[in-house]
Amino acid sequence: MNAFTLSNIFPHAWLPFFDWIEHTRHGTVIRDSIWQFAAIEAVHLLALAVIGGSVLIVDLRLMGWTLRRQPVNQVARDAEPWLVGSLFMMLLSGYLLFSSLAASKYFVNFAFQLKMLFLLLAIIFTFTIRRAVIYKEDSQISPITARLVAIVSVLLWSGVGIMGRGIGFY
Amino acid sequence: MAESFLNLLRWIQATPGSTGIRESTWTYPVIESVHVLGLCLFLGFALIWDMRLLNKAFRRVPVSDIQARVMPWVNVGFIIMVISGSLLFYEEPVRFYGNIFFRLKVVALLLAGLNALIFHFFTSGKRLVEWDSSPISPRSAKVAGYVSIFLWMCIVVFGRFIAYNWFDPLVPQQ
Repeated sequence: MNAFTLSNIFPHAWLPFFDWIEHTRHGTVIRDSIWQFAAIEAVHLLALAVIGGSVLIVDLRLMGWTLRRQPVNQVARDAEPWLVGSLFMMLLSGYLLFSSLAASKYFVNFAFQLKMLFLLLAIIFTFTIRRAVIYKEDSQISPITARLVAIVSVLLWSGVGIMGRGIGFY
Repeated sequence: MAESFLNLLRWIQATPGSTGIRESTWTYPVIESVHVLGLCLFLGFALIWDMRLLNKAFRRVPVSDIQARVMPWVNVGFIIMVISGSLLFYEEPVRFYGNIFFRLKVVALLLAGLNALIFHFFTSGKRLVEWDSSPISPRSAKVAGYVSIFLWMCIVVFGRFIAYNWFDPLVPQQ
């Protein structure tokens, strides 16, 4: 898998960027600390529970497996502030983890780079296609569309989570 | 007592199942991924329940609806977490037993379970429907919600810290 990492594809184009981030002040402080990386990981996990819950509640509603007495767009509206807030926390804590070992670990870690690809796709899908569907009236969402959107959403976000866990085993 | 318990854990760790997980390249990462993704379902939905008790999320959904439609998923998530968590423990029980964060996590889990039982048997009872249209939750429900959120946050943090051997006896520091 190593053959597909950025360190092997145009390494000279990417390395200065990763190197620069790793040598920022915050990157250095986190790297030199015994506990800071672990503490930020814990925050990342706490935010994961919130983002997972706020994505899943809407996807399970689209499947018709929960809160069927509430319209999809009501569940979506109630979940949105939690989704956006936890996504912000995920990106912030994730960036800090990344900055501490950008060049020496993440530049050569295939699982991390695949995770970023899944994350990009998941964010784009969530805020374009999925958002357009879940804010429609229930009567305007066909059952097939609803199921497809829910399945793609769960698959993309699961990809992010699984690859995230994979970083440590690479 | 402690010594015989440790011997039991050593015996568990020597069983073919435990050895098999340790020696396999993929089994442990797969179980851990299930544990992490299960967290989204279990804790994500448990937090929806807690936040609803505190009137901070899904206010338009009656409390009784959340209990009927969301709590079954919390239970599914809980089963996933218990099975995957037990398998992770089974892989290396001796190290887990000696890890301070694992012990703290077990204590916090017991307290969270106690909090849930107290809420279930003494606070909610059959009065849940009465809260449906009420703009404010009863004080006891709020206390249960805050205690639950605090304990589960501790459980996640301790769980993540198990991976670190800062305080492990007789383990070389990395």
